[in-house]
Amino acid sequence: MQEDETAGQETADSPTGALGSGNAPESRNGGVTRRGLIAAAAATAGGAILARLPAEAQAPATRAVPGGSATQASSAPPVAGPFDLASVPADATRAPGPPTSALGARSPFETPARAPAGVISGSSYTPLHELTGTVTPSDLVFERHHAGVALIDPARYELLIHGLVDRPTVFTLDDLRRLPNESRTCFLECSGNGRGAFKTPKREMSPQAIDGLTSNGEWTGVPLSVLFREVGVGRGASWFRAEGGDASRLSRSVPVEKGMADAMIAFAFNGEPLRPANGYPARLLLPGYEGNANIKWVRRIELADGPGMFRDETSKYTDPLANGTARQFSLVMDAKSIITAPAHPTRLVPNVWTQITGIAWTGRGKIARVDVSTDGGASWLVAELQEPVSSLAHTRFRLPWKWDGKRTVLMSRAVDETGGVQPTLAEFRAKRGAGTDYHFSYIRAWVVEPDGQVFFGVDG
Amino acid sequence: MSGARGGWLAGFVLGAVLVGCDRGPLADRATRTKRAFGAVRLPSNVHAVPVLPAHLGVGRAATADEIAAWDVDVTPDGHGLPVGSGTPAQGAEVFAAKCAACHGPAGEGQAGAPPAGVPPAPKLVGREPRDGFPFGQDPKLVKTVGNYWPYATTVFDYVRRTMPLTAPGSLTNNEVYAVVAFLLARNEIVPKNAVMDSATLVAVKMPARDKFVLDDRKGGANFK
Repeated sequence: MQEDETAGQETADSPTGALGSGNAPESRNGGVTRRGLIAAAAATAGGAILARLPAEAQAPATRAVPGGSATQASSAPPVAGPFDLASVPADATRAPGPPTSALGARSPFETPARAPAGVISGSSYTPLHELTGTVTPSDLVFERHHAGVALIDPARYELLIHGLVDRPTVFTLDDLRRLPNESRTCFLECSGNGRGAFKTPKREMSPQAIDGLTSNGEWTGVPLSVLFREVGVGRGASWFRAEGGDASRLSRSVPVEKGMADAMIAFAFNGEPLRPANGYPARLLLPGYEGNANIKWVRRIELADGPGMFRDETSKYTDPLANGTARQFSLVMDAKSIITAPAHPTRLVPNVWTQITGIAWTGRGKIARVDVSTDGGASWLVAELQEPVSSLAHTRFRLPWKWDGKRTVLMSRAVDETGGVQPTLAEFRAKRGAGTDYHFSYIRAWVVEPDGQVFFGVDG
Repeated sequence: MSGARGGWLAGFVLGAVLVGCDRGPLADRATRTKRAFGAVRLPSNVHAVPVLPAHLGVGRAATADEIAAWDVDVTPDGHGLPVGSGTPAQGAEVFAAKCAACHGPAGEGQAGAPPAGVPPAPKLVGREPRDGFPFGQDPKLVKTVGNYWPYATTVFDYVRRTMPLTAPGSLTNNEVYAVVAFLLARNEIVPKNAVMDSATLVAVKMPARDKFVLDDRKGGANFK
């Protein structure tokens, strides 16, 4: 039995130091080149996959480089782009640049990265402080696996829905795509997001290290209500139990009411099929609910008259409370926010205008207001929200600010449309207790030191 | 003159009909169309989509064998528990061979360094604290099968589904019963000579059984 979503952060083999700086160690390391990484990837995963494909399946890789060298293309898989630092000219107006490419690559000056890599049972964190707006790029969406990434052939994928239904049915991926589809933008946050910051806080933690287990984007799929109509959900069905097709066969129970309201079997994210790490070819999406219940690689849904009481809704993902009980099925994520700039490891310059900005979200609808304090919570300013504010989605807030050069503490406080307000750390501890394990939605603080360095406010 | 007057009259009649519609049985339909398409009148050959059938008949019928092959859920009422049995003594052998490398010989938790990419295997055995349920207050407490898991059936379900990490689903039903019996006995929940099967496992009452409460948060200003 394996622990726990923030395990990657807490275990000795992936020290928080790497996360504390907000970057994977290799991403800013001049000793590891982009080409070296690509070659290594090709030699391992890519090479291994190509070796298993029949000859005709490999042919497109050769054709994917029009006008290029066929021998070069057949000896190595196509790379994302020809950009590297050594090719950057002093004046880009004096000579034509590189040609088009099959896949878009980032500027070589931009190296955002999830961290840590290499975790089979645990998490990698989204670099929140390197992102703007509200959409998380697909390759930076956080990961939380319980037994590694399931690699699934879409032609062999099947979703079985059975139990208290009139017509037990098997759906292929083509079936899911043929049924009425919808798209919606919403956040997905791991239930344990913020555990490291709560249990083992360190001043050098970045937004990524504190709260990087949340991501946001446009999901497309079949509303679960459509599938429930296809199978004819029986009157006695009050819960559905979803099971993943990975090696942990992760299972969770969810009220049928949620399934009828806005749940989805999602097969796409940000305009393309899901990435394997996020559930390819199809996953359960429960907008506003804790990440763990959004079963990736979903292969079976059973309609039943109660919850299954699976491991991840009994011994895990329950909230021990200060009153000597543990709360179960606390699925809706409470209002939360974090300032992503200025934040560690930024260094502020005094007496110039800058912008305080961050993201806020709630599992209870829309963010109604975000308050920002530049004096440690003594007073608050109403931040501007980026329109349109979407329900159950990351909402960007911002506030112009001029730092006077003195030590101070920055905070953000989200208020949602139900009136839910982010509690202080002290209020959170009083209600949940110091030993609580999930749903760390209290106010995050940043300490600005007189030299301009910004550190995570470990005392709230 | 008369043509203009006729046009005015026609407009009056049409208006009266529309006002009448607004109060009549067609009002809903007229309102829906107006909502969907605003003030723009649809061309005569453009229509709103008709109501879809109750279900579209997509997908194929699942067979009983298919369902049986995938449905391994075991729930607290005993649903899904297979034929078979196991004892703590049998479980000790299975545990030593297939579990102890990670969870420690006595289920005390990770012994030595865990494999790359995998966190330390958790402690499975331990009843402390015997009084109360202070997991919220005390961050140093370690949750185990004995002190925190509310249902013995969940242990069976999880072990059969997910363990061992490197070969999930490889244990026989008898081996799973035996490992569960071993863990329950080590946690002093069942006697050392207990036989765990579909009848006895359901009857086991875990120490933490009554400690769980359903979510009562409803949003709003009262943070719980």
